[in-house]
Amino acid sequence: MSTDSIQPCERQVLIDEIPLMLVEGGRGAPLLVLHDELGYPGWLAWNASLAEHRRLIIPMAPGFGRSPGLDWLSSLRDLACLYGRFLRDNGFDRVDVLGFSLGGWLAAEMAVNWPGQFARMMLVAPMGIKPSEGEILDLFMRSAPEYLRAGICQPASCAEYLKLYGRQPTQPQLEQWEEARAQVARLAWSPYMHNPSLPSLLRGVRSMPTLLVWGERDAVVPAATARRYQESIPDAQIALLRECGHRPEIERTQEFVNIIRQFIGS
Amino acid sequence: MHIAYFSERPYHPLDEELTIAQGIWGIPNRYFDPAVGARLYNEYLDQAVLAEESGYDGIVLNEHHGLVTCMGAVANVEAAILARITKRCRIIMLGNLPTIVGNPLRLAEELAEIDLISGGRLVSGMVRGGGTEQLANNSNPAFNRECFEEAHDFIIKAWTMPGPFRYEGRHFHYRFVNPWALPLQKPHPPIWVPGLVSPETVTWCAERNYPYVALSTYLEPTIDLWDLYCETAARKGYQAGPENFGYLQKVVVAETESEARELAMLELQGGRAAAFAAIRPEFMFPPGYNSKKAAGRMARQFRNPKGGDELFVPRGDFDVGEAKKTINSPAQLKILEDSYRLIVGTPESVVPKIRKILEVLRPGSFIIRHSDGPLDHQTRMRLIRLIGQRLLPALREIGSELGLVSPFDRKPGGQRLSSGGAWQRVARVDALSAL
Repeated sequence: MSTDSIQPCERQVLIDEIPLMLVEGGRGAPLLVLHDELGYPGWLAWNASLAEHRRLIIPMAPGFGRSPGLDWLSSLRDLACLYGRFLRDNGFDRVDVLGFSLGGWLAAEMAVNWPGQFARMMLVAPMGIKPSEGEILDLFMRSAPEYLRAGICQPASCAEYLKLYGRQPTQPQLEQWEEARAQVARLAWSPYMHNPSLPSLLRGVRSMPTLLVWGERDAVVPAATARRYQESIPDAQIALLRECGHRPEIERTQEFVNIIRQFIGS
Repeated sequence: MHIAYFSERPYHPLDEELTIAQGIWGIPNRYFDPAVGARLYNEYLDQAVLAEESGYDGIVLNEHHGLVTCMGAVANVEAAILARITKRCRIIMLGNLPTIVGNPLRLAEELAEIDLISGGRLVSGMVRGGGTEQLANNSNPAFNRECFEEAHDFIIKAWTMPGPFRYEGRHFHYRFVNPWALPLQKPHPPIWVPGLVSPETVTWCAERNYPYVALSTYLEPTIDLWDLYCETAARKGYQAGPENFGYLQKVVVAETESEARELAMLELQGGRAAAFAAIRPEFMFPPGYNSKKAAGRMARQFRNPKGGDELFVPRGDFDVGEAKKTINSPAQLKILEDSYRLIVGTPESVVPKIRKILEVLRPGSFIIRHSDGPLDHQTRMRLIRLIGQRLLPALREIGSELGLVSPFDRKPGGQRLSSGGAWQRVARVDALSAL
């Protein structure tokens, strides 16, 4: 197969007057991908694998990357409503969604707003629900490199982590992380990275096929939080990855891709 | 010239290596001994009373949260006590943090009570607070500046607009604003704003005629800010004067040069002389607190504008023992003295250096920060008397000679400028070259 057709490209869309940057790549049915709290880290090995059979649509949230910030945007619910508009305006009907960490929480908020916009929902170590044991690691009390390190169970032997974050961060990287942190502070400073009403609201989406992917040794969002999600969505499947932290997509790439493919039947 | 006394009311003793390793913010509070804290609060109050008796015109209090170098987390409690036990001096808050109390109406009420108890001697100062303050009080740093401005506007409203009234703002909401006790001073207590280097804050002050107090900033960037203030003031139709400016200077004075030098060495302990630079960057700059531009300026503020050696600031991986040696070295003291961050000597020998600062910046208010090293109560009391008897009279003379009008002698904003009239600089750059 030619790899050219699955190469990502960046383009701007307008939600009425609001500009939003998208990274798009791959072929097949669209798959909405929601990035985590530090923004889109680039087109990685897992993106390339999934892009063989799916067209990945990765919006950069306002205030992240080249999407300009919005003064009125102050909660995940606001962002969920805005993304819902983006899907409707662009003719995406019942798409599959794959959300990472903060992006997982965002997917859950979108599902709560209107379950019909998604066919299937895949949440990778999502925030959004207060863990029953432990806490969600505080992004605001540590530097971005320290936070990224905490997301990997065995950084020294994780090739993609080393490639992405193993060296002294570049100035653009540092700026991207600072902008992301500032934007997340506007959205989820308090209560930190969760919405107390989400567990109750999620009960309304119980019939949606849902997959929860979690690293067993997640130091950012405790893996036991998967059970709290499952209390609200009893039919949700849980895939636990052994010896894996908060970023299964880079720490256990092949296993991660297989799990996702199996779930969406590609 | 208004001369005010200031101590940051540090907690001590504290293991020096701990402060070096952790920075001055974030040290676990199991190291706080309540018996020591109880003694220190009372000693600091006694010292403030003695400062008034020794001839100071004002007592400055500041507020920090969780900082081992400042015990004034609830400085309004200290201010309320001083309001009752002092007789004459101004009580100057530099300043309260309206964003972190989360309830500016409560702050308006507290300050009104202090003003009433003191018989109208309160100077209300407001600050955005450092990055650590936002973390220590869960105040969202990304909204800090807009929250600060809204809280300020609301407090003025609560003091001046007849109640009851309804208030629906962006960050604050009140259904019934009607504080019963209103300030004695009318229309409201004077407001001063302390700062490090932010031009946004300087402009904001000049637009409101609020005196701006620079906190031991390097003289060169301070002159630029004074000019910015004057230019903004001219646009608002007035000529700024010394009454619009204050400057805070740390002065370590003793009977003899050698004792002063010993005391000055204590200032270095634990890396505290590096002040905010001794706080870990992730605590100093929480997300969204500073604009990208402001973060760069902040970094420059701690860099000697004349170039040359820099004060040692522990960063990254370092050996605490080695750092301790570097921090407590005469070379570090020299860096502080050469850059005027610290003036050390006898009451007589420090005068020429202070005179130069006054000649260059021409502040109407001059705040002397006393030695904040680990000194015992008796020593601190002795130094307050010494400064009162032998330094303050000399400084008063210089203030009169240079025409440094205080904001209590001439209302800031009172000198009107005709529209399009040329404004005069307040700072004297020619005096700087003589340094």
